[in-house]
Amino acid sequence: MSAEPQGSMTLEEQARVLPTGEREFFLDVHTTDLEVNFGPQHPATHGVMRILMRADGEVITGAQPHLGYLHRCAEKIGENVEWLQYLPYTDRYDYLAAMNNNLGYSMAVEALMPGLELPRRAHMIRTICAELNRIGSHLIAFGTYGLDIGAFTPFFYAFREREWMMALFEKICGARLTYSYIRIGGVFNDAPPGWLEEVGRFCDVFEEKWKEYVDLLVMNQIFVKRTADVGVIPKEMALDFGLTGPMLRGSGVDFDLRRDMPYSLYGEMLKDNAFDVIVGKGEKGTLGDCWDRTYCRVYEMMESIKIVRWCLERIEPGPVLGDIPKVLRIPPGEAYVGIENPRGELGHYVASDGGKVATRVRVRGPSFTNVSVLEDLLPGALIADAIAIIGSTDVVIGETDR
Amino acid sequence: MDGGNVFLTLLQKIAPAGVPSWVLVLSACLIGIGILVGLVSVLVMFAVWLERKVSGHIQCRFGPMYAGGWHGWAQSLADGIKLLAKEDLIPLGADAALFVLAPAIMLAAIFGAMAAMPLAPGVYFANLNLGLFAILAMSSMTTIGVVMAGWASNSKWALYGAMREAAQVVAYEIPLGISLLVPLMVIGTLNLGEASARQAGWFGMHWILFQNPFVLPASILFFTAALAETKRAPFDLPESESELVAGFMTEYSGIRWSFFFLEEYAAMFLMSVVGAVFFFGGFESPFTHIARESFGSDSVAYQVVAGGTLMTKAMFGVFLMMWIRWTLPRVRIDQVMSMGYKYLTPLALLCVLGAGIWEAIFPGATP
Repeated sequence: MSAEPQGSMTLEEQARVLPTGEREFFLDVHTTDLEVNFGPQHPATHGVMRILMRADGEVITGAQPHLGYLHRCAEKIGENVEWLQYLPYTDRYDYLAAMNNNLGYSMAVEALMPGLELPRRAHMIRTICAELNRIGSHLIAFGTYGLDIGAFTPFFYAFREREWMMALFEKICGARLTYSYIRIGGVFNDAPPGWLEEVGRFCDVFEEKWKEYVDLLVMNQIFVKRTADVGVIPKEMALDFGLTGPMLRGSGVDFDLRRDMPYSLYGEMLKDNAFDVIVGKGEKGTLGDCWDRTYCRVYEMMESIKIVRWCLERIEPGPVLGDIPKVLRIPPGEAYVGIENPRGELGHYVASDGGKVATRVRVRGPSFTNVSVLEDLLPGALIADAIAIIGSTDVVIGETDR
Repeated sequence: MDGGNVFLTLLQKIAPAGVPSWVLVLSACLIGIGILVGLVSVLVMFAVWLERKVSGHIQCRFGPMYAGGWHGWAQSLADGIKLLAKEDLIPLGADAALFVLAPAIMLAAIFGAMAAMPLAPGVYFANLNLGLFAILAMSSMTTIGVVMAGWASNSKWALYGAMREAAQVVAYEIPLGISLLVPLMVIGTLNLGEASARQAGWFGMHWILFQNPFVLPASILFFTAALAETKRAPFDLPESESELVAGFMTEYSGIRWSFFFLEEYAAMFLMSVVGAVFFFGGFESPFTHIARESFGSDSVAYQVVAGGTLMTKAMFGVFLMMWIRWTLPRVRIDQVMSMGYKYLTPLALLCVLGAGIWEAIFPGATP
């Protein structure tokens, strides 16, 4: 029984407006919201994120993400180890895109070394690795998103190709997940014989397999129904929250650091029109919904293939490491370099006083920023939608917590 | 067909004179229960193995390959032994009595429902005139077990799963029952053995499916509703492991957890048998027809062929359910509800109307 005497209230007065806009009538049943502790041990939190959710039945009325379960003081470590020694730590924040993390840190440090000239082959191999890693990362994003929605098989299809991608990385640097391959001044060593040809074969096969992903999941009617119009981030909201990467492009903002602030070889590629930036168009529902974000990720994989092909066509033999001393002493100064990680802008701010050790390393992680939108996005959604929304942010906990 | 039980008839033949009849009835019951439980357990083990193989091959894997040697045939057996040996956990704060009772109720309900299932012409555990009715009634009892498990677990995820199951079953029992009315109007009996026998003819292809144009849409509606009824993907919301961890069975482990599994696969098989009997000819197929013509309808060979036919049809239904599970994403709770109430139920009613009119105009098949 509700506390108020019911006789004095009309039905309309007793109605409560739910976050979805529906009106709910309580006549003789007194209900309370349910506080649900979502995670850190939950199959759909992509690691150890914890979200305290307040739910009215299946409808979420409030959500509060809690971070920090995987905090390893990466940035502080950067102030205590030598420049090169910090590189393996960068692998460990966004462990699905370790090549991109290596690239971001290396480029930030290189920005402080004015005399350093990188060999062209190093740039080529860097770009190939970063883009292959982007494909691998998006494959995970796509596969686990399928899992979140309840489709198991796309996950295994995605891993089939990712396995090859990891084997390629194993051949070039010996590691499958934490590469530490791209380093200050170039890359660790040259690609083994036949590696570049194998990358070409990978591209051919991947193009065929990629169509399966689109048919099996992205254009699947149930998948579209589950993701279209769910978790809509309007353009302004995306900009306000500082979202980057597919989260931003899914909302229709045409921004990609590779094109808008070109680094490495991307400027050259732009002259050749080697790749396009995929922007959500609200094709299946509202602009900025979960489907648009997935669409951006899946179609970006094809653009990465184009970039890899562009590099493979132009790569020439040569050195792969610039003139780097055994013990690095970086000239005093500070630099911020942002690169386009699979999840968005990965910025590294490094400061040096001329010594062997950085005075400050600061990381601007895309996952950390992207996950901030959850608090505003989740209320009003159903529990099942919450999983779809969290999955569509493609959060990597290693990077939100660092 | 006689109204009794095969085991009772058998015992009456071999028992010495002077044994009181209640002893015979009781032993017949116990033998029947033993055989049923054994049979269903083996069936479920096979179905679990099949699911793993099917999912494996769909997902570019092999599935189990080692246990037992040939294609991991003993995997389910090994899993069963492992589950038996696991610690029996009842979570703190759980309603222990209900927690223990829930899987038992589900098992009892599903075994009760399976008793009405014929194995071969004249071979059955219970030859009920209201066979289909009994199956539907008993199998919807399993919902009580799910709700009970969810409530007793003292876990919010389990509670969500239970509430979803309750809502879903209410929504899908209706189209399930109504879509079954269509073949019932054609065949005119609720007895599964009798329904199958009436589909003999046309060289074993006188299936209900071919007797009325409205049976085909009804069969599709039945299959969809049966998926929801058995909590199979894309309607596996009570379980939905990515949302609710494991739904109503989040807190269960060991052998109790495996009871839920057993119930799920047994229900899948049962629904497939019902579908096979009431839409796709039951025991009847050209092979059955040939076997009957050449060996006679009392021969063991005929019964084996007939039983095998039904088993094959049912297993194909089970395979279809697995195929769907490993292909499609899960639908959302509001989509499940709106599909059940807004589409399946009216469509099923339309089918009933159409089939009724058809039967009134061409009253051919109904005896």
